[in-house]
Amino acid sequence: MKFLEKIVHNMEPKFAKGGKLEKWHPVFESFATLAFTPALTTKKGAHIRDGVDLKRTMMTVIIALLPALLFGIYNTGHWEMVAATGNRDLVFWADQGAKIIAGLKVVLPLVIVSYGVGLTIEFIFGLINGHSLHEGFLVSGLLIPLIMPADVPLWMVGVATAFAVVIGKEIFGGTGMNILNVALTARAFLFFAYPTSMSGDFVWMAGKETTVDGFTGSTALGELATSLTPEPIHASVDSFTAKYSVMDSFIGNIPGSIGETSTLMCLIGAAILILTRVGSWRIITSFFAGGFVMGLLLNAMGGNAYFDLPAVNQLLLGGFAFGAVFMATDPVTAAQTSTGKIVYGFLGGLLAILIRVLNPAFPEGVMMAILFMNVMAPIIDHYVVQANIKRRLKRVKTA
Amino acid sequence: MSKSVKIRKGLDIRLVGVANKIKSEAPAPKTVSIRPADFHGVIPKMLHKEGADVKIGEAIFQDKYNEAVKFASPVNGKLEAVVRGEKRKILEVVISVEGEQDYSSLGAIDYASMDGEAVKAKMLAAGLWPFVKQRPIDIVANPNNTPKAIFISAFDSSPLAPDFDFVLHGKNAEFQAGLDVLSKLTTGRVHLTLNGKAPADSTFKEAKGVQINTIYGKHPAGNVGTQIHHIDPINKGEFVWVVNAQDVAIIGRYFLTGRYNPKRTIALTGSEIKDPQYYDVVAGANLSELLAGKITSDNVRVISGNVLTGDKIAVDGHLGFYHNQVTVIPEGDQLKFVLTKGWMSPGLDKFSNNRLLLSSWFGGKKQYRMDTNTNGEERAFVVTGELDRVFPFDILPMQLAKAAITHDIDGMENLGIYEVAPEDFALCEYVCTSKIDIQDKIREGLDIIQEECM
Repeated sequence: MKFLEKIVHNMEPKFAKGGKLEKWHPVFESFATLAFTPALTTKKGAHIRDGVDLKRTMMTVIIALLPALLFGIYNTGHWEMVAATGNRDLVFWADQGAKIIAGLKVVLPLVIVSYGVGLTIEFIFGLINGHSLHEGFLVSGLLIPLIMPADVPLWMVGVATAFAVVIGKEIFGGTGMNILNVALTARAFLFFAYPTSMSGDFVWMAGKETTVDGFTGSTALGELATSLTPEPIHASVDSFTAKYSVMDSFIGNIPGSIGETSTLMCLIGAAILILTRVGSWRIITSFFAGGFVMGLLLNAMGGNAYFDLPAVNQLLLGGFAFGAVFMATDPVTAAQTSTGKIVYGFLGGLLAILIRVLNPAFPEGVMMAILFMNVMAPIIDHYVVQANIKRRLKRVKTA
Repeated sequence: MSKSVKIRKGLDIRLVGVANKIKSEAPAPKTVSIRPADFHGVIPKMLHKEGADVKIGEAIFQDKYNEAVKFASPVNGKLEAVVRGEKRKILEVVISVEGEQDYSSLGAIDYASMDGEAVKAKMLAAGLWPFVKQRPIDIVANPNNTPKAIFISAFDSSPLAPDFDFVLHGKNAEFQAGLDVLSKLTTGRVHLTLNGKAPADSTFKEAKGVQINTIYGKHPAGNVGTQIHHIDPINKGEFVWVVNAQDVAIIGRYFLTGRYNPKRTIALTGSEIKDPQYYDVVAGANLSELLAGKITSDNVRVISGNVLTGDKIAVDGHLGFYHNQVTVIPEGDQLKFVLTKGWMSPGLDKFSNNRLLLSSWFGGKKQYRMDTNTNGEERAFVVTGELDRVFPFDILPMQLAKAAITHDIDGMENLGIYEVAPEDFALCEYVCTSKIDIQDKIREGLDIIQEECM
């Protein structure tokens, strides 16, 4: 590594103040700090610092996302073949791994476009503001493809990423300053700007033109949402659960956005996040609790297949688990106080199921719920902080 | 009415280089210095010119805005230099040690019959006052205020800290005299807080005329700030004075012998010190003779104080006024390759309060050799909750730090700025993933509060 170190040392003067390439210093710094933790030392105060920095933290989130990503690649390929053949019972290794190849063909370009567009914009803002690349987008860039339908056109992902990075983050001041979750901003943008590419029966499986007759390509929740229309696909909850069993939904053997279908993979990610303390266990557990409570409430009300769907199934379907584990826990946009996190998560889960069931135009209520709670998080924190202040003021009176 | 407090939050940083319990006399220093920077907010007004002869206990300078507060020479000698920085600000007053150093007794002072004002006048005149610090703001106490209580911590829980039970063993008389004197300064109680984890020395255990409390927990359990918060918290408009345990003995020594004698026992610690142990030195002593031949590597940082709150000094620098410890650790001014030592490394050699490094899982009770590298670049606050885990106050650390950064006076007052000192945030600064200098920000905030609200 002496060799690399020499290169960095040799290049440094060119990018330093007064050097030929001074303007490009942020780019140089970004790459140099990727290869080497810089030689910065403390000046005073705490002379030693914890071994963890933001790069390490973000890297851990990416590791936690990997199971969902890998399963997403497989599942995308799986449903592409299902759509082509009409046969849901294909084995894992069907056609010498054709599923995985097909999945890679869909997912890799999405990941490349998302990172390519996002990082380019981040670098441009870094050059303008004179700072190196901040790490936030390393996670957002992977989250964005995972919450896209398989069939979304690449250019849309590019536009959505650009919108999310510029409007969702950079105009607020970059990493650590944004109000809304960047990845969800991208998805919400597409949802409202290009609704036909983000919902309906034809977007969840790549290569739909080969779809066999009589095969509906909608997601599980999409099918269920028709229960509020005159022509429901599932007249009762039984016919629905027969098609999408608890086990299928848990493993993720259902159509949906690329990375969100497998609750199991999300839970593996959750375990990594909670054990490393990167993700807040308060938010994750209270989010699930909130969703479960609302599920029970709606069961009690009943009325149609959507209301009757058992609360457990509700938690396993759609992007609920993915949202709870990877979206709601974004520390910048979530509530920041310990008590606030519990309230934030619980209300988020509650709202997600409520929106999903009561407004079938949004079968994906999780996105709406989390974005809404992002906006509400500062208010929740405000009340927690006020309670803390009052508690300390009370001390004077009782003393 | 003694209180027992348990705290669950905190962090003990395990470093290599704990001092062995051996005490030696340090070689006599050639110079001693007094650094006005040790007394935050004090603007020194010199009482002697360079070249003047000074005696033990003779005032060298006084606080420009509170002339009663005087700072005394710890040795006989000559005022060698007044080192000035920008705008002629005095950085350091250096006194060369010359002639016989006689600390023998001039006869005890009958403090038992004195009232608080008389004791205060004695202490001010003798140059003992700077040992008394006040909360809020964490500065040398203003003698015109009346504190509601005085707090003394009987142990130091910071990394590699000296063991006060060892340091003050057998100094019962001096310590008790100091307590008796201090108790005349307040209408309230004098609190002495012991470490619940280890039996205290008789110096502390048998102290009289004070309320003895016990606190259990990790660092910062030994910080007075933590103890005040849990035992008798400060509200707006109240003052609490704090004195370091060794300084109580120095105050007591003056009243028993009639002579200013700021000799203390310091722990020479850190991974780069050969045979770390204890030494008797005078406050402000030059350390070059003491450190000569004891530092085991070339590129080191010498810290007067502990690694969390101390001051960086030169290898031939002087001990700080309040410090009971000198720590020497490696400098971290090298690039660290990403996969072996950098941000993607397994991290078995790094200590962390997060659980992202293998050391947090498989480190056991291992002691670490840590350098001064920040281990990353400064960022905006991103990770939440990590500061709370090491901050055992009913105060929201990140919110308070943000209020201090944005100079939000109302916010700081409401969030508890009156109860904290920069040192209380030392662990927060240590664990911060975004590498923000939180102690600095809190000090800035305290300065604003002092200017606007005190």
